[in-house]
Amino acid sequence: MENVAESIPNACPGTASQTAGKASGCEGCPNQKLCSTGKAAAVDPAVEEVRQHLSTVRHKMLVMSGKGGVGKSTFVSQLAFGIAEDRTKQVSVLDIDICGPSIPRVMGAEGQQVHLSGSGWSPVYIDENLSVMSVGFLLESLDSAVIWRGPRKAGLIKDFLCKVDWNELDYLLIDTPPGTSDEHLSIEKYLSGSTIDGAIIVTTPQEIALVDVRKQINFCKRVGINIIGVVENMSGFVCPKCTRETQIFIPETGGGEKMAEEMAVPFLGRIPLDPRIAQCCDDGQSFVSEFPDSPAAVAYKNVIATIVSRCEKVHQEAASGAMETD
Amino acid sequence: MDHMETKKNVERPLAFVKHIILIMSGKGGVGKSTVAVHLALRLKNAGFKVIRGVRTVRAKIRYLGITEGIGNILVGLLDADLCGPSIPTMLNIEQKKSKFSKNWEPVFVDMEQRLCVMSVGFLLTNRNDAIILRGPKKNATIKQFLNDVDWPDLDYLIIDMPPGTSDEHISVIENLREYNLDGALLITTPQAVATGDVRRELSFCKKTVIPIIGIVENMSGFVCPYCQECTNIFSKGGGEFLANQLEVPFLGRIPICPQISRYQDGHAESLKLFSQTNEADSIEAIVKKLVK
Repeated sequence: MENVAESIPNACPGTASQTAGKASGCEGCPNQKLCSTGKAAAVDPAVEEVRQHLSTVRHKMLVMSGKGGVGKSTFVSQLAFGIAEDRTKQVSVLDIDICGPSIPRVMGAEGQQVHLSGSGWSPVYIDENLSVMSVGFLLESLDSAVIWRGPRKAGLIKDFLCKVDWNELDYLLIDTPPGTSDEHLSIEKYLSGSTIDGAIIVTTPQEIALVDVRKQINFCKRVGINIIGVVENMSGFVCPKCTRETQIFIPETGGGEKMAEEMAVPFLGRIPLDPRIAQCCDDGQSFVSEFPDSPAAVAYKNVIATIVSRCEKVHQEAASGAMETD
Repeated sequence: MDHMETKKNVERPLAFVKHIILIMSGKGGVGKSTVAVHLALRLKNAGFKVIRGVRTVRAKIRYLGITEGIGNILVGLLDADLCGPSIPTMLNIEQKKSKFSKNWEPVFVDMEQRLCVMSVGFLLTNRNDAIILRGPKKNATIKQFLNDVDWPDLDYLIIDMPPGTSDEHISVIENLREYNLDGALLITTPQAVATGDVRRELSFCKKTVIPIIGIVENMSGFVCPYCQECTNIFSKGGGEFLANQLEVPFLGRIPICPQISRYQDGHAESLKLFSQTNEADSIEAIVKKLVK
């Protein structure tokens, strides 16, 4: 095999980069020829199509981590439920974790099907003002593996953005899988012509999670995604019997708040562990509604309020032309 | 001790590896890498019996004047999570680098050179740099990690897989077809959200004809260190239920261990401390089923 030794740590420079197709990281990539001729840098017409299609969506937010299992889908679901408690707000969740679609279950929509209408694919409505779209609704069987390579995943993400009848929305929350790969590059690319509020980064306190999360934050900075802030999930556990607190995921290096400070991004708050959260996710219920007085629900509501407040501010600044995204 | 000369057949570079085990899940954050590391550490020492309160076999051998000859199990640990490599951090060897001459050299964790690791983590100049890889680049890297690494004569090659069922998984299977693949060890946490992904991973294994070694349920209950009350933070029983339903072996549960990250550097002291925990008993039970 051709020696790609030096190229392994160097990632794809991006199809729009001046070194596209020519960087050492391009060795072995089937798109190398296309990129080196500059053809890949031409703006995909789908970007404009997405911009137009999502022009009726006021706020678009990505929920990311880099690390798996920190509670991205859990957080997205509770964020959606929380915002949708205001019945005047229209909220949708888009699940682009194509191999591991958790959103249908955690939002109580498992087993539902997507309907095709004249204006596109209709998302699945959980409530009058809350809907969901996921590959989970398109599977013949919920137990079937989705064994797709990158380009096919990218194609579905494009379809989700262009063909789903999102209608007029206040919030579109996009749940992403762990890593920094095809799904992330695709969502960034197809949203590059649209105004997005930014990314919420979810982490847990321990260093092994922070290692991946720093990479995700740097990915966002590299591609120009604004970071709304970092949420530290699974932050401490209070024993229901003796009420003493234990750090299950030990913040050996200072946890999410210190990491956010070091990376110069906002810190939005901490959410403690509560076994009822896992139960609600399994049952597809809103934890913030079922147990509103629990410390975790209070923490969620505080974080949600901070996010909504920041998004409104970002939106106002964007509307006044003070801020634009590439 | 230098590792033995490889008897590599260039066309089948992993032909000499006696056992290849995939650590998979489908779900992220269930503890695949943690289990992979502890499995590797335990297998490495599998030649020696660790019996609490009794002198170890190694101590007895030293007493008898025998210093070498048994228990030289060689373990390789391949970190196939290309975008989020955890293994070097867990084993506290992040600062080491993998050298490349004709092939990549795996990094040895221990002085005895019986546990070596390959990870994209060794190739980073800055640990905070995002590793942004599309599918084709992931495929190329996986292929290199399997074909172009100078693994020693391994008894076990453990491959820590990322979550999902995508390029890395397809590439690993494609490149392991001709070798001694024991199968996949599936890690889950108890709740249905996790087992849902593991079902899909099992479906992937079935479609690609990977034998299932069994299911391990991790983060299975937390015992409060103050009052000993056990709380099922991530629900209960889902792993065993899944195993029974899909008729695959259930290998056991590992409770939540907040200190687990402190025992993963491979040092004798850390391993000794870990061996005194309930979590170690769980992993020991799993290893016994693995190497029966």
